[in-house]
Amino acid sequence: MQRTRRVRPAMGTFEYGMWLFTRLSGLAIILFSAISIAMAFIMGGRTLLDLPAMFRWMFFPNPNHVVNSDIPDVTAGWSNAFWQIFSTIIIFMAAGHGLNGLRMVIEDYVDRITFVYALRLLLFVLWVGGMIVAIYVILAS
Amino acid sequence: MASTKVLKRRVSFWQGLRYRGKQNMLTWILHRITGLGVVLFVGTHIIAAFFLQQFGDEVSIAITTIYESWQFQIVVYFCVLYHALHGARLTIEDLFPALLRFHRELIWFQWILFIPLYGLPVYMLVNNALMGGA
Repeated sequence: MQRTRRVRPAMGTFEYGMWLFTRLSGLAIILFSAISIAMAFIMGGRTLLDLPAMFRWMFFPNPNHVVNSDIPDVTAGWSNAFWQIFSTIIIFMAAGHGLNGLRMVIEDYVDRITFVYALRLLLFVLWVGGMIVAIYVILAS
Repeated sequence: MASTKVLKRRVSFWQGLRYRGKQNMLTWILHRITGLGVVLFVGTHIIAAFFLQQFGDEVSIAITTIYESWQFQIVVYFCVLYHALHGARLTIEDLFPALLRFHRELIWFQWILFIPLYGLPVYMLVNNALMGGA
């Protein structure tokens, strides 16, 4: 028995947008960590940071992440508006990427549509709340 | 009954493991597990850092001690690096579908990149820890 059904074009839907966003933000996060680790080396991090501090700085260039290392003056170079904007962009892309991934996992394993809607709402609240907390941490440090 | 699914997928854990998806399925499930690991770590980290900055209470100090330990960093680094490399390969294959001809070779290439990128920092972390460093 063969039946055909109409399928909405994928291009332009929310799911297509998130599919594209997941890939682009994934590549961008890799690029941003490459930039931040390169600039950590330029600022002398090879002799001033240990390996864990280097990783922490690589994925989230926040002065709190290097404050316990051998850097004599964190405010010079390691803590300025450039890194604050940089960190905000990273946390925006990472939070969207991660929580959208969590939504995909939930929709794969949860059958009841009411639970799916409730968990989507929870994820949205987590996303907004997490962004507010993260930006506060960035601006306050 | 409104449902998102057409099929009932009541599959046990062992049936799932015996499903012969081979490396395609195994890399996919590893991507998913490591992704969940990263989300869990980053979420905990943001909350703990916030409470540490605001109140400096014992719970956030305990959480910070756990995720600054070298054992935990080995696990987190596995999650981050595997997820990044697998995601990059996936994105490249999606952008250039002609590369799907070399799908199997690209998976092996991904592991060839993974082993030194993971092994060298882990060697340094373990070495430092055993020498009595941080």
